[in-house]
Amino acid sequence: MSTHAHSDHHADHGHGSHGAHGGHGHDDHGHPAGAHGTFGSYMIGFVLSVILTVIPFWLVMNGTLDNTTTTVVILALAVVQIIVHMVYFLHMNGRVEGGWSMLAMIFTIIVVVIMFAGSLWVMYHLNTNMMPGHDMSKMP
Amino acid sequence: MTTTVDAMHGGHAGHDTPRGATPPVFYVTDDHAHEGASTALGFWIYLMSDCLIFAVLFATYGVLGTSYAAGPTPKELFDLKLVALNTSMLLFSSITYGFAMLAMEKGRTAQTQGWLAVTLLFGLAFLGIELYEFAHMIHEGAGPWRSAFLSSFFTLVGTHGLHVTFGSVWLVTLMVQVARRGLIPANRRRLMCLSMFWHFLDVIWIGVFTFVYLMGALR
Repeated sequence: MSTHAHSDHHADHGHGSHGAHGGHGHDDHGHPAGAHGTFGSYMIGFVLSVILTVIPFWLVMNGTLDNTTTTVVILALAVVQIIVHMVYFLHMNGRVEGGWSMLAMIFTIIVVVIMFAGSLWVMYHLNTNMMPGHDMSKMP
Repeated sequence: MTTTVDAMHGGHAGHDTPRGATPPVFYVTDDHAHEGASTALGFWIYLMSDCLIFAVLFATYGVLGTSYAAGPTPKELFDLKLVALNTSMLLFSSITYGFAMLAMEKGRTAQTQGWLAVTLLFGLAFLGIELYEFAHMIHEGAGPWRSAFLSSFFTLVGTHGLHVTFGSVWLVTLMVQVARRGLIPANRRRLMCLSMFWHFLDVIWIGVFTFVYLMGALR
């Protein structure tokens, strides 16, 4: 609804006066990413976050599953919770700022994944290949 | 040359003859010389760069997190109940900030201030618990100097805590601003930026409690 009003506003703007940009006092103009929620959407996000926080803590503290499964499950739940926070608290979608916010985020995710996975991968192999290990006894 | 003119003319004609009062809008929505129009995007890009800082610290912790130097391991050090309490503090502060934003959109100054104060209390509680945890670990001799694991742990979690600290300072500043000037557009813009910052810190904390605390306790 607010988006609709916004585009109307701009349509008028583009149609009528190109020279009178500064004249309007339109408050929610900047389309802030943090200002488009309702009580309902915040509560949905909150309840989902609580569930997605309680499950991993409960899994780890009770040790119901084996370690590998638990690790995979809590990592997956963390990713889901990050998405929940992005959507319900940060109000991220493809339309915010004409898509530029989403683009910046996707770029950041790509850089982070390359950097993070690459570091762990390279350093893991360095650790396993370069450690003296059992050959320590043969050293002078 | 001719083609250019034709293309321009065609585009122009298409633009000038819409049906009814809704001409197609092609320009970027926030393109005006309007105060604060692009602040949200700029601040978002700052947050993304901050995200890179945390990514580097996460990667450092991922690489060094198992180098205990014969010192204490995460399993011995971490108190998951304390971390769960800490997590809930940050989560509550996120939702109360959300309520502050809702009150702000309705123009209710007192309500906004109230929710901001609650948010501040939760933020300070988070910091208090974290400082207690750090002090406890250092008291046990598990300070950042003890091993590479602890160095990277304190750097990562400490950087997050520092962000929450500055977020709290910012929150107090904005409460004073709102008290003195009310919910003017500039203050709304500032509150919106802090809201993004605050929720972003909660997102980072999801990574911290999963990757550092829970996976550390599993090791």
